[in-house]
Amino acid sequence: MPDSVITATALTKKYKDFAAVDGISFEVAPGESFGLLGPNGAGKSTTMRMVGAVSTRTSGELSILGMDPNEHGPEIRSQLGVVPQADNLDTDLRVRDNLLVYGRYFGIPRAIVAKRADELLEFAQLADRAKAKVDDLSGGMKRRLTIARALINEPRILLLDEPTTGLDPQARHILWDRLFRLKEQGTTLVVTTHYMDEAEQLCDRLVVVDKGQIMAEGSPSALIREYSSKEVLEVRFGSERNAEAASKLEGLGRLEVLPDRILVYSDNGEGALVEVIKRGLQPITSLVRRSSLEDVFLRLTGRTLIE
Amino acid sequence: MSNLALTSRRWGAWYVAEHRLRGLRSYAGTVAATAIGTPVLYLFAFGVGLATLVTGNVGPGGHSYLQFVAPALLAMAAVAVGTEEFLFGILLGFKWNPTFVGMNSTPLTGRQIIDGVFLFVAIRMLIVTVIYYAIMLAFGAVPSAWGLAMIPTGILTGLAFSPMAAYSATITEDKGQFAILQRVIILPLTLFSGTVFPLTQLPIYLQWIGWLSPLWHGAELGRQFSYGPTEPIWLTGIHVVYLVGIAALGWAFTVRIATKRLDK
Repeated sequence: MPDSVITATALTKKYKDFAAVDGISFEVAPGESFGLLGPNGAGKSTTMRMVGAVSTRTSGELSILGMDPNEHGPEIRSQLGVVPQADNLDTDLRVRDNLLVYGRYFGIPRAIVAKRADELLEFAQLADRAKAKVDDLSGGMKRRLTIARALINEPRILLLDEPTTGLDPQARHILWDRLFRLKEQGTTLVVTTHYMDEAEQLCDRLVVVDKGQIMAEGSPSALIREYSSKEVLEVRFGSERNAEAASKLEGLGRLEVLPDRILVYSDNGEGALVEVIKRGLQPITSLVRRSSLEDVFLRLTGRTLIE
Repeated sequence: MSNLALTSRRWGAWYVAEHRLRGLRSYAGTVAATAIGTPVLYLFAFGVGLATLVTGNVGPGGHSYLQFVAPALLAMAAVAVGTEEFLFGILLGFKWNPTFVGMNSTPLTGRQIIDGVFLFVAIRMLIVTVIYYAIMLAFGAVPSAWGLAMIPTGILTGLAFSPMAAYSATITEDKGQFAILQRVIILPLTLFSGTVFPLTQLPIYLQWIGWLSPLWHGAELGRQFSYGPTEPIWLTGIHVVYLVGIAALGWAFTVRIATKRLDK
């Protein structure tokens, strides 16, 4: 990728002896929607802060829009939009005022900031709440306001750290719709998430991160093809009996024995279920589903994403 | 660097001050009531009440008790703003309403954020001291026209409490440290700084509190302009150097600590 907007090579961040980010390398192309998928504590937010040019790396190389954040932090930040994991809207200010003061930080003249603030409130479906207090907004609205705020400088790259954590399903879908529109307009998105569905919805390409390292890289579908089967059969025999039942399932496909259920990876889930019953086992519940990034993560790390 | 990035680099601190001033609007009523009510109450209590008990004049020059106490009260008003903003304002931005973190993801640097907060604090002090000065005039508490200089010296005194901002920037957990600080350090400093009685009234073994206290230097400095001079010029020079030095030191440490804290 000769024109990549972000290039990280052996990027490392250590806190004393603990490496939160342990030598990761990746590139992001302009207009691409790139994801970092991993559980809490994988080093995603730390990576985002380094890419956001606010956290100094311990070692490795990092180039954002062709500049080194150690040398050109303010110049880089002037072209980024940042949606942090925890909203840091100013609760002393009204909704629209939050956009106005933030826009000023980029040196944008008042009149232009005011015009953009109104457009972004429309985009974020908050135009009717312009004068509301921030604390009176719902979680989803605050998140949309934070995204609107991040767009006030018309950024070349939008960084979203866990954009929908803590939101209800409806609020998540509204947010995804807004982000999808940005993607269509050609904004480069970098998203961290521990939700596989979010990664599948938003990301063209992603890296699976665990313990500060990259475990795999590719498009969601390519990762599923490479690390999982087409379908997954989930069977439950009761927590006491799962291990015993698993011993009788040898040969059906790759098995993952979780505390509450057994996953059987097979290209034909229904066929695998028929075979389970043929072997004299009677699962309490059974479910055949398509493979997801969750399965990829389980395969790569032996753990589920949300524990 | 783009033009906008340059503008932000030049004016960043002012944008932060502008933001804080906008935030102040939601407390405008309280701020105004305090800024006007405090001087009226204090000057009335000291000038009309306590002054009747203080027989004779205080200090050289034969000035009234009210005239003696007024410059200290004005400086104390700036110190009150400083205490509030340097302690609570700084921790607010890092923790309770973490706007500093948001500011730092824009072109603003840690230094600009702190500069902006200090600028805002100075503006708040300016408003408070101007009001105080006007009410002092109404009470006849300022004999000399030079007394106007009490506004900048008052602000300087308030800013000399900036080491509290540096301390506040180090706090990650609020365990009531501010309440202790206000009772154990700020209150004694206020009482033993030659504010409501001359420092020389204290036994010599307690006078060092005043010499260390920015408030004593600030109050004495104000008195030189309001009805002075009452002391040798070199001592007046020391007041200025001491206040500027402490203010600058506190500012430098706050910038350093805040920048480090934002870069995590």
